[in-house]
Amino acid sequence: MPPRKATISEFREASISEFFEKNRHILGFDSPQKSLFMIVKEALDNSLDACEEHGILPEVKVTLEKAEDDEFNVSVEDNGPGIERKQVPNVFGKLLYGSRFHSFKQSRGQQGIGITAAILYGQITTARTSHVKTRRKEDDVAYDFILGINVKENKADIHSEKPVIWEKPHGALITIPAKGKYQIGKQSILEYMRECAVANPNATLTLLDPDGKTYEIPRVTDILSKPAVAIKPHPLGLELGDINSMAKNTLSPDLIHFLRDDFNRISDKVADEILAFSGIPGNKKPSELSLQDIKKLSEAFKAVKLMPPPTDCLSPLGPEFIKKGLKSVYEENHPSHYGKPVSRPITVYNGNPFSVEAGIVYGGDLPSDQPVRIVRFANKVPLLYQPGACAITKAVSEMDWRQYGFDQKGGQGVPYGPAIIFVHVYGIRIPFTSESKEALANVNEITNEIGLCLKSLGRGVKSFLGKKDRRARIYEKFRLVNTLIPEIGKKASEILGKEVPNLEPVISKIANVVFVTEEFRKSQEGVEIEMKVINYTRREISMGLIADPPTGDYEGPELKWEIKDLGPAQEFVASFSIKGRISDYPGTNYYFTGIDPVRVQGAEPLPADFGTETVNIIETDGEE
Amino acid sequence: MAADQTTRKLEEMVNSIYSMLAAGDIPEISMPSRNKENIVLDPMLSVWRYGDSSVTRSGKAVDGAEYMVKLLYMVDFIREMLRESKSSTLREMYYISEGWNLGKFGTQDESNLMAEDLEVLSSLLREDFKLRPEENGASIMGDITIEERTRKGEFKKINCRDDVGDGGYGIPYSVEEEKLRIKDVNARYILAIETGGMFDRLVENGFDETNNCLLVHLKGQPARSTRRLLKRINEEHNLPVYVFTDGDPWSFRIYASIAYGAIKTAHISHYLAVPTAEYIGITASDILNYKLPTDDLSDKDIAALNAELKDPRFQSERWRDEIETMLNIGKKAEQQALAKYGLDYVTSTYLPEKLSDLTGFM
Repeated sequence: MPPRKATISEFREASISEFFEKNRHILGFDSPQKSLFMIVKEALDNSLDACEEHGILPEVKVTLEKAEDDEFNVSVEDNGPGIERKQVPNVFGKLLYGSRFHSFKQSRGQQGIGITAAILYGQITTARTSHVKTRRKEDDVAYDFILGINVKENKADIHSEKPVIWEKPHGALITIPAKGKYQIGKQSILEYMRECAVANPNATLTLLDPDGKTYEIPRVTDILSKPAVAIKPHPLGLELGDINSMAKNTLSPDLIHFLRDDFNRISDKVADEILAFSGIPGNKKPSELSLQDIKKLSEAFKAVKLMPPPTDCLSPLGPEFIKKGLKSVYEENHPSHYGKPVSRPITVYNGNPFSVEAGIVYGGDLPSDQPVRIVRFANKVPLLYQPGACAITKAVSEMDWRQYGFDQKGGQGVPYGPAIIFVHVYGIRIPFTSESKEALANVNEITNEIGLCLKSLGRGVKSFLGKKDRRARIYEKFRLVNTLIPEIGKKASEILGKEVPNLEPVISKIANVVFVTEEFRKSQEGVEIEMKVINYTRREISMGLIADPPTGDYEGPELKWEIKDLGPAQEFVASFSIKGRISDYPGTNYYFTGIDPVRVQGAEPLPADFGTETVNIIETDGEE
Repeated sequence: MAADQTTRKLEEMVNSIYSMLAAGDIPEISMPSRNKENIVLDPMLSVWRYGDSSVTRSGKAVDGAEYMVKLLYMVDFIREMLRESKSSTLREMYYISEGWNLGKFGTQDESNLMAEDLEVLSSLLREDFKLRPEENGASIMGDITIEERTRKGEFKKINCRDDVGDGGYGIPYSVEEEKLRIKDVNARYILAIETGGMFDRLVENGFDETNNCLLVHLKGQPARSTRRLLKRINEEHNLPVYVFTDGDPWSFRIYASIAYGAIKTAHISHYLAVPTAEYIGITASDILNYKLPTDDLSDKDIAALNAELKDPRFQSERWRDEIETMLNIGKKAEQQALAKYGLDYVTSTYLPEKLSDLTGFM
């Protein structure tokens, strides 16, 4: 029935444009400030996704240029793989097109709405066209498009297309004219890019703002991030509509093949069980399944025993990236402690694998009388808006931070302290509170996992604070035997006009230990550290000593000494240099071997796993 | 005490530290605890002195070692003053300690307390160390003739009524025999007054002459020399001492320091306290009986009263009653509140009544 079909299609086309017009806020284009932000975000997210997928170290340049009055030209240029010429109309002109709309894969963008919505927003607010230039490395030339969106037919309106010379070997440049307002501050484009740099320390991000100011955030590592792997949808992660649309679009000739080939974890045996449970014949054409059939299938999915989805399909940032990212962006606060990043094992929520990783920056110039700063990420994308509605904020607020040395009224709410807490939730189809993906939905499985990460971070801060206390105590004792007791001896002798007595017996009575201590001073490149081992015992000692300076600040041979036959009151001195500012220097850890631990102060016994790279700290459930 | 004797005593103390070090022992210093938990009534002298509990400062802790360093620097400084016949104020010593490196004091309270510790440790007096407090400004008015050794070294004779203005004779920081000799006293008793306003009122009303007494202005919590002078006149000329104060917890403490000895200086109570001194200040009962204008007790006042209930010096039935009554009514009153009944009321009615209650001799 052709006439009827046309009606539906018209209806659908009209609704997409209308939907967008009426629901700008759902997609995030709800204010002039936020609209510019959204355009940059959609384009930047796409660039980073594409680079990651193709093993490219991202270089993305964002330019905001004032066109007239409240109109801007927003350009985002990347060094990504580029887009095939004939795909351009689809990628940039069709709502809900995106290559990933039906794929089951962790990615920054989730639906094919983002960039097309941005172009559409520009078109609606300025009546102007957008500009796309793209080149793939296998092409000799770049292609330059001027395009708009034909909302009626849900496709791109290509105004012009021409091959051009572009010095870039590969990449894409999109320029969107849009009405908006440029702002700086907490929820700004610059802040978004700064946080992107935290999650993408291998990216070089540049912003050219409307005033002509350039901000460059250079990459701090050349390591490529591991791309996520697409998997087939797991039956338990699907809504009825998902199953319905899969059935309509499948290439499988019949239901049994549809089940076996289009889903994850449905073996031949399980497929038979599903057929038996639902009572639908296996030779039925998937496109002919009724809504009733789909419901039965969905019930059958829940009834049969399914293996959980594979978990190696996700792409975490990993502890190295988190540490490097936090360090590069928040170093200006000179924090005194970078917590060891925490990663949770991958778990499954509603048939979708997800996981959480987190890190913390503590102390230094960070204000201790302010609430901690929470930086939230979902699938490597910073979340700047709606912190109050987000599961991450909720998990932080529900934990009692007082036990870890933070201030918190009544043990709930966002704690106060000199800290930045970084939380990254990643997975396939992680739940958001709305389509604009600004806040994670409060799902128990996810808040629980976040909570476990936070506890581990809290313990790290507590032990850091404890270590600082211990260092202070050891320093006190050192001052006692090295400065105060000699001063008492000197002054008393001076008053009495006598020789200074031999103080060794008294000193070894006060501190019958070997002291390991350090003094440090500013040097040309960083900090010069002088380590001293002083034997205050009454016997000769021998020991092995290893210095473990703060990660990443020391380059050179292993700092390891064999101290032989150090007599009472004798000193062993060694120096080394590290990079970094003296005010950031948290102190070096010293480890010893070959001596009774009770006879050493200022160093710890060498842990058995020293030197082996710790990749994950796995926290297990039910421990607290 | 002569300078060389003082020096010898201080050196003995230093030598005990030195000997411990030389013998390979961790040096330590012990002395009585100087707090209200450790004061006991000396039955022979009727004053409160330190009891048997003691504190030991040991060189095995940073605090103890720092204490010893500071103490040694102070001893060295005193030796030098004695050698050069100089003196300094406690405040001056605090500033001089800026140059003492490890021996530097954090606050003047710390150096003042240590000067007292040194008295306790050496059984000497601050005056022996040539350390003096700031000018206190306490004064005396009445028919007493003294000779004070001036800075020119001559003794000058002064009658504290006829030779002085209305401010009275200013009590110097040292009132020992070598500085101040009491020549002649023509009075029946001493009235020690807390506030300047009341002192001036009594002077104006000629109370010293009409009642043949000595008026001493305490200026709040009395300085050592003021208490020492009260003690000397009391002992050498048998004059009873009456303490006339406001009616609040702090006034009770002023009286206690005169009569029983102060907690901080309990090591020299026998030298400063006048055990027979009587309290004729405003009491809680006076507030009720004389219907005096009052102020509400502040939180600090209440805390101070409660602390006094635990102070061994206030355990007599009379004091406990007064303190508890004051807590009950929740009020305090100043001595000048007596002006409610006219400027002469205090001299014509209140003091005569109070004194006759106490002694029956008015």
